[in-house]
Amino acid sequence: MSNEAVLHAHEAAVHQVHGDHHEHHHHETFITKYVFSMDHKMIAKQFLITGMVWAVLGGLMSVLFRIQLGYPDAHFPWLQDILGKWWVQDGRITPQAYYALVTTHGTVLVFFVLTAGLSGTFANFLIPLQVGARDMASPFMNMLSYWFFFTASLVMLSSMFVETGPFSGGWTAYPPLSALGDASPGSKTGMDLWLIAMALFVISSLLGGLNYIATVLNMRTKGMSMTRMPLTIWALFFTAVLGVLSFPVLFSGFILLIFDRNFGTSFYLSDIFVNGVGALPNEGGSAILYQHLFWFLGHPEVYIILLPAMGMVSEILSTNARKPIFGYMAMIGSLFAIAVLAFLVWAHHMFVTGLNPFLGSIFVLLTLLIAVPSAIKVFNWLTTIWRGNIRFTPGMLFAIGFVSLFISGGLTGIWLGNSALDIHLHDTYFVIAHFHIVMGVASMFGMFAGIYHWFPKMYGRYLNNTLAYIHFWVTIAGAYMIFWPMHYEGLAGMPRRYYDYSIWESFKQFADLNRFISTIAIIVFATQLLFLFNFFYSIFKGRKVTQQNPWNSNTLEWTTPIRPGHGNWPGEIPEVHRWAYDYGKDGRDFIPQTEPIGADESHH
Amino acid sequence: MMTAMSTNEQKRIHPHKFTLWVGIGSICMMFAGLTSAYIVKRNQSNWLEFDLPVSFWYSSFVILLSSVFMHLSVKSFKAREISRYKMFITLTASLGLVFALLQWIGFTALGNHGIQLLGQGSNPAASFLVVIVCLHLLHVAGGVIALLVMLIKAYSSRSKNYSSVSIEVVSTYWHFVDVLWIYLFIFLNWIK
Ligand code: HEM
Ligand SMILES: [Cu+2]
Repeated sequence: MSNEAVLHAHEAAVHQVHGDHHEHHHHETFITKYVFSMDHKMIAKQFLITGMVWAVLGGLMSVLFRIQLGYPDAHFPWLQDILGKWWVQDGRITPQAYYALVTTHGTVLVFFVLTAGLSGTFANFLIPLQVGARDMASPFMNMLSYWFFFTASLVMLSSMFVETGPFSGGWTAYPPLSALGDASPGSKTGMDLWLIAMALFVISSLLGGLNYIATVLNMRTKGMSMTRMPLTIWALFFTAVLGVLSFPVLFSGFILLIFDRNFGTSFYLSDIFVNGVGALPNEGGSAILYQHLFWFLGHPEVYIILLPAMGMVSEILSTNARKPIFGYMAMIGSLFAIAVLAFLVWAHHMFVTGLNPFLGSIFVLLTLLIAVPSAIKVFNWLTTIWRGNIRFTPGMLFAIGFVSLFISGGLTGIWLGNSALDIHLHDTYFVIAHFHIVMGVASMFGMFAGIYHWFPKMYGRYLNNTLAYIHFWVTIAGAYMIFWPMHYEGLAGMPRRYYDYSIWESFKQFADLNRFISTIAIIVFATQLLFLFNFFYSIFKGRKVTQQNPWNSNTLEWTTPIRPGHGNWPGEIPEVHRWAYDYGKDGRDFIPQTEPIGADESHH
Repeated sequence: MMTAMSTNEQKRIHPHKFTLWVGIGSICMMFAGLTSAYIVKRNQSNWLEFDLPVSFWYSSFVILLSSVFMHLSVKSFKAREISRYKMFITLTASLGLVFALLQWIGFTALGNHGIQLLGQGSNPAASFLVVIVCLHLLHVAGGVIALLVMLIKAYSSRSKNYSSVSIEVVSTYWHFVDVLWIYLFIFLNWIK
């Protein structure tokens, strides 16, 4: 089916006849253009802005619980005035609120910001533009995907306002806390809402993922063979494959959870003794079963978060180093290896659950194998910028920051991947440090890199560079200052998910360090507000883009008009004649993908 | 519009069909998750063994038969024999309903044999059966709805549609749900 047919399928009934051209007038109202839009570019912006709202809320939550950790003895009566006494009592965050905040922070950042906000935004925006398609394979499903996400957001948000509070058993939602309403206040209505929100979210991701895969495989323009695709598309493609194969497994885990919660079954619950409830009537359930189902998604999920960032970083590094990406095929190969291995390592989150040590050693091996494709990617990024003609645009800085963070966090992964070491490190701050650096901050950097790089294409204006540079330097320095010290705390055995360490003899020594971390966290959070200001101000008042191709980039999105309409190219979709990385070739700074191979051109 | 369709594009699989295949992969993963959980659980203590109800054998036969009708309806559509087409999709959809009924009868039979499916005192072996079979049934229900939509389309005189894409998509889905049941049936019969 042709691109045109897909784009116009929904209006075929209205326009019984129309020709080949694309300049006829759509009757777009405010509602169809900005709200129930089927234009992938608008849907991308919707994902982005919803993701940003969640990033602010989730970030604010972390500031609140860092206040508790950094200043356990201080009293903030004004916080109580703002948040009410469920959250803050006597000027201190309540223990219940602390757990609710940690849980919601984790859930929201992992799923709503770094999954929906990141791949939702860039898969939508970049796939059709970079493969040369007028829109997604199914624009309608794409719209549904956003609105499922939006509904999930509303439900999750509403859980913040129920009387017993939001779910507070950690983002992984292990039973029995998640399965048993009586286990804690947050396990009641809060958990119901959490489950509904996550179920909607899974549907949203599946609808999105199906579409991304179909678009990449079916809707490429003439000449755009798979091995001519920019690495962004490869990465987003593997991300979608991971999502489509792993989210359903999480879903089945949730279904069993719902039965345990509401229909008295014993999948996860057994005859345990719960304080205030007594012995449960359930028999024979296994809480570990949930962990298997959860981490079978959970581990691919971390790569769902990371791969889009990797793809965008590859593209941005090459463009701004004015050099071809080093080892294009190796990059695809390592993405593939990561995607396959991602399904085979889940039990490294379960080394201390009583897992058979022999089985554990197999998972150690498979886990450490991931270091190989990861190292290949790092090597290729470094060689790409090595002796490049580097333009330090904000996008480039964030991309370089990503590489730095990925190295730092990947190395600690190798520690954790050894089951013997993990007995000591599991559930300590070492794990917190590991995954915030390698996943949280790194993917956030990938996202920022993407926003700074593609903002001119999204809004036809530039972001302010000065603000961007401040944003970058404070954030990278702050990220290391926040998470680096956590390695030491974790090595000392400081467990994660505790309300107050100051009353604990072994960890009193970290009082100052915790205060330091919290202070920096607040500063870094404030700096993100600078970015937000820059973003929204520049949408309306930023410097206008006047060149079609401001970064002198090779990829197709820069062949569209500065402000492309629905359908992306006013005329024919351009044909592609080469890969996306002909930078600095035969004495030319760059050669766009649309340019035919010259007669005397050298091979790359 | 047709001229824009270059020849190599026509050879490609239709995006909707393709999307369906990916969706099928995704559904498979969901059931793979459940059946692996089933295996893990079965190997632990406290697992109740019981035979599947007889009516599940009948329902397997019914769903296989429905696939034959599904196949015939696609054939009649392509042959432009619209009244046969209507008859066959009606039959397919009805057999879907019969299938659902037989599953229901099966569960009632289990209940009558004193096997508690849900609630306090239920054994995970029985609860798993409920979850897996009902989840599959939901997918059958989805198929029945899709067939009804096709039927309404066929009766509405306004749209004359000669493209067989939608009916092919529905039919692929229907056969998939059929195969899925056969897999589940074998799985549940042999691994218990
Ligand atoms: C060389 C590569 C890596 C290895 C060997 C590795 C290994 C591990 C191990 C063994 C754990 C479990 C620690 C524990 O709970 O005791 C862990 C936790 C984690 N890793 Fe990694 N990791 C690697 C890279 C990554 C990447 C690239 C990401 C994300 C993009 C990531 C995200 C996470 C997350 C989110 C957790 C913690 C989940 C939680 O308990 O809440 N890791 N990692
Ligand atoms: Cu993992």
